[in-house]
Amino acid sequence: MNKKRIISFSLLIITIIAMALLPLMIKKDSTINLIILVLLYMSLASSWNILGGYTGQTNLGHAAFFGIGSLTTRLLWIDGFPFFPSFLAGGFVAVALALLIGIPAFKLRGVYFAIGTLALAQILNITVGNIFPEMSFNPAISDYQIVPRYYLFLVLAILTIGTAYFLVNSKWGLGMMAVREGEDAAESLGISALKHKLLALVVSAFFAGLVGGAFAYYHVSYYLNMPFGPEWTFDPMMMAYIGGTGTIIGPIIGSIFFVGLKQLLVWNVGEYHLIIFGTLFILIVLFLPGGLVELWKKAQTYLRKGPNQKKTGTPQIAKT
Amino acid sequence: MLGQILVFGILVGALYGLVALGLSLVFGVTKILNVAHGELVMLGGYASFWAFSQLGLDPYLTIIISFVSLFLIGAFLYRLIFSRTVKLPEETKIKNTLLVAFGLSIILQNLALRFWSADERGITASYLGTAFTVLGIRFPVVRLANLAVAVFFLVALQLFLRKTYTGKAIRATVQNWEAASLMGINIHKVYLISFAIGAALAGVAGTLVAVNYSIQPSMGLTWTLKALIVMVLGGLGSIPGTLVGGLILGVTESTTSYFISSNYREVAGLVLFLLVLIFRPQGLFGVKEG
Repeated sequence: MNKKRIISFSLLIITIIAMALLPLMIKKDSTINLIILVLLYMSLASSWNILGGYTGQTNLGHAAFFGIGSLTTRLLWIDGFPFFPSFLAGGFVAVALALLIGIPAFKLRGVYFAIGTLALAQILNITVGNIFPEMSFNPAISDYQIVPRYYLFLVLAILTIGTAYFLVNSKWGLGMMAVREGEDAAESLGISALKHKLLALVVSAFFAGLVGGAFAYYHVSYYLNMPFGPEWTFDPMMMAYIGGTGTIIGPIIGSIFFVGLKQLLVWNVGEYHLIIFGTLFILIVLFLPGGLVELWKKAQTYLRKGPNQKKTGTPQIAKT
Repeated sequence: MLGQILVFGILVGALYGLVALGLSLVFGVTKILNVAHGELVMLGGYASFWAFSQLGLDPYLTIIISFVSLFLIGAFLYRLIFSRTVKLPEETKIKNTLLVAFGLSIILQNLALRFWSADERGITASYLGTAFTVLGIRFPVVRLANLAVAVFFLVALQLFLRKTYTGKAIRATVQNWEAASLMGINIHKVYLISFAIGAALAGVAGTLVAVNYSIQPSMGLTWTLKALIVMVLGGLGSIPGTLVGGLILGVTESTTSYFISSNYREVAGLVLFLLVLIFRPQGLFGVKEG
């Protein structure tokens, strides 16, 4: 077991070093843009996963945190503030929003929480669109450089995934999962469901806000309400599900898969990748709730033990 | 002026009630939260648009086409997808059907984009501009038709549920599906029919949307949200409640448009929705359970 840990740890270090050296080797901006997109989705899907996957609260309003982060950073930065404080401010404003809505929102359970957060994100989407109807241009466009943006997204992805890893492996993480498996049961064991849900929401919102800030730094011109659009919730959510919710690696796999599929099908006009991705998402929710990670585990057990092994792991949904 | 705002709100609200009627029926009977409802409304709109522009039918006659085609599509979608969630425990079922329906809405949206492009389309009836004026209040014919169609389908649905065998089977299933199933009612059939009727009602609402406003592939989420708002306002699963909920939403929107700005009318509906969810989750008129 220990040997396995050393191997995966060295693999991780090698991957990070390779990613850090990447801009030295790749000179094509389009490739770097593609990797930036993967890193952006990776961070966003991982941040969704903290609340949606580990704590079991289906948040359909994640775009609100992404959007408020990008709005804050963009406005401050264009107003003349240095970038880095503006970037952090984006994350903290997202946390403030999370705290503001967290307590009333968590009065809603299960599906009410889901549709409540969806409504909330739509309120912000429309309101921001009304207040800022014009397109926002980056004034510093003449010296736009892609490489610093790449490193910002890389560091952010490492931070998000790293925080998620340490959080879910802590005592708090166990509490979050207990809340997911059964709120009443968790409460009866002295675990405050509200505290754990709030913590998960705050961490999730903080990183979504930072990703939003990075987005504001990266994009040259866009409508300020664009990051509030529902696709910024649904795409990362689908990535987390397809990779495997409630796992660290799931959102990583899901985001690589999503961008890869999009890239493969981009040659045909239209949004074919979304049709395929939507279909896959439905199949996963219905038949393989653990996502691709579960598929991989099953395949491993199958290869190691042969087909006649007794079924273990998560119980399957009964087919009708 | 206030009278005019109220009348407009009510006439638009009737359409909102109709949009929510199908969603509410499906949720009440099957506990499937079909957030692809707005996409079904969109499909109904396109079915009517096709019948209107290709066959030259009167806009209101195309209701037959949108009703029948969406009934079939609903039955197909239930068979293909939603029937697989029947045996889940209730809370998991609602959550999983919500997720599955989101996937479905993305698929339908992009298929529509592929087939019909992103252009806005609308049905322009020859009598679009006609209106009566009573006591200084304008009553546009097309908006009055919203109320007539909504009331017609509401009454028809109530009669269907009370007078026919299938309708009674549906009501029995709502009360207690296990007991109903022991009495020889085929639950799968009941669910299938309820889902198909819900989709057909979305189709009819789609016709009215195409006549009153316009249709485009990305319209679904807006209408799903309106339907959810109305359903929560009227009390989950209550059929007469949906019409009342629709009227409340319509009047809320029209007063917001007048006193604040029409840009914020959707926001007003959503804020109302959140307030009701937090303070009266059983709906404005619902009775608290237990």
